[in-house]
Amino acid sequence: MDWDTMISYLPLYKDALLLTLKTGWQGVLLAFMIGVLCAVITHLKVPVLRQITGIYIELFRNTPLLVQLFFLYFALPKIGIRISAQLCGSLGLGLLGGAYMTETFRSGLENIAPIQSASAQSLGMNGLQTFRYVILPQAVSSSVPGLLANVIFLLKETSVFSTISLMDLMFTAKDLIGMYAKTIECLTLLVIFYLIMLLPVSILGSIIERRLRHAEFGN
Amino acid sequence: MEQALLKINHLHKTYGDQVILKDFNLEVNKGEVVVIIGPSGCGKSTLLRCINALEDIQGGEVLLDNEPVRKENKNISKMRQKIGMVFQSYDLFPHKTILENILLAPLKVQKRNRAEAEKEALELLTKVGLADRRDDYPRQLSGGQKQRVAIVRALCMHPEILLLDEITAALDPEMVREVLEVVLSLARAGSTMLIVTHEMAFAKAIADRILFLDNGEIVEESNQPKDFFKQPVTDRAKAFLKTFDYE
Repeated sequence: MDWDTMISYLPLYKDALLLTLKTGWQGVLLAFMIGVLCAVITHLKVPVLRQITGIYIELFRNTPLLVQLFFLYFALPKIGIRISAQLCGSLGLGLLGGAYMTETFRSGLENIAPIQSASAQSLGMNGLQTFRYVILPQAVSSSVPGLLANVIFLLKETSVFSTISLMDLMFTAKDLIGMYAKTIECLTLLVIFYLIMLLPVSILGSIIERRLRHAEFGN
Repeated sequence: MEQALLKINHLHKTYGDQVILKDFNLEVNKGEVVVIIGPSGCGKSTLLRCINALEDIQGGEVLLDNEPVRKENKNISKMRQKIGMVFQSYDLFPHKTILENILLAPLKVQKRNRAEAEKEALELLTKVGLADRRDDYPRQLSGGQKQRVAIVRALCMHPEILLLDEITAALDPEMVREVLEVVLSLARAGSTMLIVTHEMAFAKAIADRILFLDNGEIVEESNQPKDFFKQPVTDRAKAFLKTFDYE
């Protein structure tokens, strides 16, 4: 192992990490917003929008992110829509993640016992109040484990960004290997940097989960 | 003659082909405690759920103070506020503390002043012996304690009538008493209640009027609960009460 080389690569990896994080979190944030919106649409059975949501989910869950990115990056310019590689990354990740987040939120909503809305209604709450004060908070906290799994999954998926020449961690590693053939060093650094990015998320996740235990059902 | 507080006229309720309640009629006067007993699946719980329109009904009407209680009506939330309900399963909101559980509807629905509502909630909690649990979460309480909180939560809305749906059925035997004591004290204080229960001794002690329900209709009705339990008139009621004897 050539330590000096590894140390000299550090600044490059650091820049790549920042770019990956920025694009990744933008995507996660978008996914989260899409997820809440679509889950509520599905749960409240809003006509028309619900069907559109269904098509969206199936389309994005059943196609690889790579293909989605190629569409955004290489196909859209052909019809005159040109967006930057970074925006493509965030958008693609957000759309893919949105489909997953929707399913996670939806199952959180469905897991709430019907007696909860019955008891809220019997206290005179209307549909909106029942949803806002009783259903949604419980759905969010019971979805937390699934949501965190999604976040970690999405941040790992950023490795596909390298295919649309976004200089993320994966791209940097491949590039350096191609130029200097320090394969082991580059790949080891790659693993370390992915861990730097994702371990805190995992740890933060288990802390949040523990704090949300109060929202558990029954005994 | 006194005007009935709650009137149920020709109520008809079906699930698919199955008839749950057929042409059901009932009047409950202010201050009256009506207890409904009957075998499982006879429509007791469904009846209570129909009264505050938690169920769709296929015919008839429910009137409270001569105003219809209908799911489709704009005033349904207003009407439900007048009808307190406590369920068999613990139905507290698990993500809120005991005090927040009680205050949620008074603050958000009735838009009451927080200090005033909180004062009342604490008074009621003290009455049921749970004031020291105000900041606990429901999961930290026993079943009997949760049910007492559920009663307080319903009372804090100042309902005109309370519907109690087998509120002790899911409790351990030693917890039953603490909950029923609370209900007894409410009856003594003049609350109007419609109670579904399997606790026969309790029914006998609390009821002004007893209804025996089977297959969605009133089989026997008595204003003398003690006589009813000693000497039911109909064969079906006799057979039902016999199932509680171990002699």
